[in-house]
Amino acid sequence: MSGLLTLDLLILAACAWLVTGLLGVFAGRATGFIAGLLFPLGAVIGIGVGLLGLNALGAPTQTAVLAIGLPDLPFHLRLDNLSAVFTLLLGFAGAGISIYAAGYFAKGDTPGLGPLCFEYHVFLGSMLMVLLADDAYAFMVAWECMALSSFFLVTTDHKHEEIRRAGFLYLLIAHIGAIAILLSFGVMTGGEGDYNFAAMRTVELTPTWTSAAFLLALAGFGAKAGLVPLHVWLPEAHPAAPSPVSAMMSGVMLKTAIYGLLRVSFDLLHTTIWWWGVVALVIGLLTAIFGVLYSTVQSDMKRLLAYSSIENIGLIAVAIGLTLIFHAYGMDALAALALTAVLYHCLAHAGFKSLLFLCTGSVLHATHERSLGKLGGLIHPMPWVAWLALAGIIAGAGLPPLSGFVSEWLLLQGFLFSPGLPHPWLNMVVPVAAALVVLVAALAGFAMVKFYGIIFLGQMREPALKDAHDAGPWERAGLVWLALITVLLGVLPSTVILRLDAATQQLLGAGLANTLQQQGWWMLAPISAERASYEPLIVLVSIAVTLLASRWLVRSLFHGRVRRSSPWDCGYHFEGPRAQDTAEGFSQPIRRIFEPMFRMQRHFPAARDKQPYYSVKVEDHFWYWCYLPIARLANWISAMIVALQGGRIAVYLMYSFITLLLLLLVARP
Amino acid sequence: MNAAIPLSAQLINLFAAVILLLAFAMLAQRRMLSLVNLFAAQGFCLFLATLTAAVTTGQSHLFYSAGLTLLLKVIALPWILYRLVRQLNIKGEVEALINIPTTMLVGIVLVMAAFNVALPISELSHTITRGTLGIALAVVMLAFLMMITRQKAISQVVGFLSMENGLFLAATSATYGMPMVVELGIALDVLVGMIILGVFFFQIRDQFDSLDIRHMEKLKDN
Amino acid sequence: MSFSGALAQLFAIALALVLAPLLSGWVGQCRAWLQSRTAPPLLLPYYMLRKLFEKDVVLAHNASSLFRAAPFVIFGCMLLACAIVPTLSTDLPFAPAADALALVGIFGLARIFIALAGMDVGTAFGSLGGRREMLVGFLAEPALLMVFFTLAMIAQSTSLATIVETLAHRELIIYPSLAFAGVAFTFVSLAENARVPVDNPATHLELTMIHEAMILEYTGRHLALIEWAASLKLYAYSCLGLALFFPWGIAPGDNILALAAAIPLLLLKLAIGGFLLAAIETVNAKMRIFRAPEFLGTAFMLAVLGLLVRLLLEVKV
Repeated sequence: MSGLLTLDLLILAACAWLVTGLLGVFAGRATGFIAGLLFPLGAVIGIGVGLLGLNALGAPTQTAVLAIGLPDLPFHLRLDNLSAVFTLLLGFAGAGISIYAAGYFAKGDTPGLGPLCFEYHVFLGSMLMVLLADDAYAFMVAWECMALSSFFLVTTDHKHEEIRRAGFLYLLIAHIGAIAILLSFGVMTGGEGDYNFAAMRTVELTPTWTSAAFLLALAGFGAKAGLVPLHVWLPEAHPAAPSPVSAMMSGVMLKTAIYGLLRVSFDLLHTTIWWWGVVALVIGLLTAIFGVLYSTVQSDMKRLLAYSSIENIGLIAVAIGLTLIFHAYGMDALAALALTAVLYHCLAHAGFKSLLFLCTGSVLHATHERSLGKLGGLIHPMPWVAWLALAGIIAGAGLPPLSGFVSEWLLLQGFLFSPGLPHPWLNMVVPVAAALVVLVAALAGFAMVKFYGIIFLGQMREPALKDAHDAGPWERAGLVWLALITVLLGVLPSTVILRLDAATQQLLGAGLANTLQQQGWWMLAPISAERASYEPLIVLVSIAVTLLASRWLVRSLFHGRVRRSSPWDCGYHFEGPRAQDTAEGFSQPIRRIFEPMFRMQRHFPAARDKQPYYSVKVEDHFWYWCYLPIARLANWISAMIVALQGGRIAVYLMYSFITLLLLLLVARP
Repeated sequence: MNAAIPLSAQLINLFAAVILLLAFAMLAQRRMLSLVNLFAAQGFCLFLATLTAAVTTGQSHLFYSAGLTLLLKVIALPWILYRLVRQLNIKGEVEALINIPTTMLVGIVLVMAAFNVALPISELSHTITRGTLGIALAVVMLAFLMMITRQKAISQVVGFLSMENGLFLAATSATYGMPMVVELGIALDVLVGMIILGVFFFQIRDQFDSLDIRHMEKLKDN
Repeated sequence: MSFSGALAQLFAIALALVLAPLLSGWVGQCRAWLQSRTAPPLLLPYYMLRKLFEKDVVLAHNASSLFRAAPFVIFGCMLLACAIVPTLSTDLPFAPAADALALVGIFGLARIFIALAGMDVGTAFGSLGGRREMLVGFLAEPALLMVFFTLAMIAQSTSLATIVETLAHRELIIYPSLAFAGVAFTFVSLAENARVPVDNPATHLELTMIHEAMILEYTGRHLALIEWAASLKLYAYSCLGLALFFPWGIAPGDNILALAAAIPLLLLKLAIGGFLLAAIETVNAKMRIFRAPEFLGTAFMLAVLGLLVRLLLEVKV
């Protein structure tokens, strides 16, 4: 690469995305052109971005100053190892989603494809710029571009009232978050007025102000990531958007918030106080438990996945909390272990959650149905989607040998060391938190079995499902790409972690590379081989070998005869699709055991009902505890202020006059 | 890693752990008679712990207090409680104000709190078994929790007695027993208290036809 | 990895395949004796397997390929689990493949497949069983993990081989935490293996069944593999419990003599363990499905208590 740095190429890639988007606007209604050429082009750029990110890992930090922006305020850009990790994530996950989108949008049933193409690529480009920004100004501009473009993407189908509402809610909370982030940056300048990140790294703050900056950042980025209680937009906005957009938001955009939080807490703030970790840990645990419980009781497949994203973000926050705690006590090797879990889970989640959202997209296209209660048996007409989704749910349930398990395993290994913390309370409470992490993982398994079992298995709940068709070639390519990422992240953890090590080295000054290099590439033993080890490739291969060998043996020793008949079902003859569990029925044990966690409205049929029916509606407590009181307060205050509105100009002039007078009196030097 | 701990201390630790376990079992128990059995078992563990301490240190008064524990807490009090349960004709399940899993979760939190509170105190002690101080404190707290969450008067008495067990364990583990006079005094107090409470039970039942303490809410002035 | 290590590994796998149905048969026999019934032959599970392998597979019309693949996957998971658990020696080439946490994951993988297979045909019982299996799963896994945490803290390792080696070759120290962990592990094993207080392995046609409800539609070789996998799971859990809480006699390295000595000891321990399991199943009644959370909640609480007691008594002193 003569003369051109990786950073320059990335800037070019962002521009290329922008140009692709603009071409989409000019193409207007040419569906074939947009879907068949522009989206694949975006995917190619995405692969390029991913490769550049991979290339930048471990390379020296690069900086650049772009002469755009305000006259005295140019954009500062910087590509270091942390940005590189997330650039990699954006590029590779984005590429898979774009390939899929090429097939998804080709069907021409999406309104306004030209603007959508523009917004989609601006979204991609602005996320890249967020990752590269090196001053608060550039960061906020990119951040707002990202928020706005995704808002327009969410409201693609803006003819529906509820989608407009979801978009509004999203925009509202995104801006509350943005304000918190801006304030956090303000605090971090330390009153010097230099919004360059390089300057922020050198500012010395008092512990109070550092904590204020951290908490503001946690609130701001937490709003974007979907941490409780600022999660309410997520289950509304993700299902409202077209599936590739949901995948992009869930798989990639939430990670930019994690990136921001990591950037602020480990890079810009150079001191760490132990209780930050506890705050992050507790909020993370609450988010994870809340997310997973709600995801198990959903009846809409995309909402189920959206809540599952909340759960995964919670787990990531738990890992960040653990990193902060270890880091604050100077146990940097363990902090590196926990941070590796954070980064790994970001990558893993980007892979499998995008995959699952895209699968719902295919199901939606094939059946025009999102409600789990009207799906079922789709493995027969849609084998490709079903088998690829299986990889997604195994990873999503955090099971070996796929990607979700690696990060959970690393996180639990980190928890195992927490009794060594030099703090009498933490070393007892933190290990028990690990049990909650496992509870979350096991509940995620419940949610994933529900998701898969009800959509793809069983009998078809509606006769129309017979006409469902499998995903087209572009869609398949996107799904295969993401499934491949999920499998590779699952079976080659050591190779991936050796790459990620540069980022942990940069943030914490410690990493796992030294230990990992002593073992084989197939083995993951972050501390030492005697202490703990995991070899996913061996697990995968030995299960596969047993599977094939036992199948061959059984067939050769005995026979392979198969007969078909109607199911036995213990002799019951009620065989219709109505006899299966509904989505609500499947989650009944959860609703019963965790009853206080839900706000439920149920209707039970009485003994002599002419038309008996059962219904259950599960709502979020947070609406009633947090948001409605705030809304009522706002209403009340506005009602008070209405009294000021007299309608006569003389009165308004008087207000101005009094204000001026007061200011003159008060604001004296 | 902890090979330096002598066998006696290990035994005392084991008994202390079992006492804690029994305190939890009492918290989770639904049947009245099983509750009394558990209480007797807890007393027996306490007896064994005290006996081990006595044998190790050779202090004669510990032997006495071990004997006292055996007599009072393993034989006398459970017997009285049995008789009370029979005579009062208490059947069925213990009613709890809060459901049992929640109570147990609260219990775990209490144990953690007790362990952490006891840590700095046990640093002051020099006995080999000072670690059990945390357990003793936890047993006291769990017994307290049981008294709060149960509705029947008799299970509250069991809670009260179990609390005394915890205190006794604390005394044995931290200082190898209190002076004999104090122990005798406490033993007598417990016994007399038990008898008086027994009398009260009959009075309560005659008055309200039930041993449910919620009825006593009517006794206030208004 | 030494040659004799590989040999020991192969031998352990073969032994698991052979002994697992025997263990199930033995438990069935003990149960019959304790309940004053005429005992079935000890080798009944083998006859069953042979009979099932010879029979035709009868598939429901809408059974998918996942339904047909699941028994093999489950069998593979369970065999792998048996290969990882140190039964005779702690020098196993497979042991580094998965530590205690990954073992929980492998069991979880098998659970997901059996639950999905149960839902595949789309009958009322199948999805009911799948949902209950996942319920038991998410209740049992945290407790199991806490047990492993306690043990990992004693051994400073999550690798099963290291844990067993540490526990077998220590001085005689009483760990109260081990007692808590042991009881909790027993509870979890009962639930995970569909044994009596949570599920009844000996019944169909009961509305509270869990395991049987999921595999109702399986026939022929598929059913044989699932039954075999279930007995392998029981074998793996039994060996795990015996290795963790009664680790004496497990050969430390690749010593053939010690290995030979370990076999009769293992048989004896398994026989006693099987008898105790049958006794537990006889004296307890099966509980309502919604008492299962309480049962497993107790297991979890015991495991957490074990962990706390470990931190208080055994580390700080």
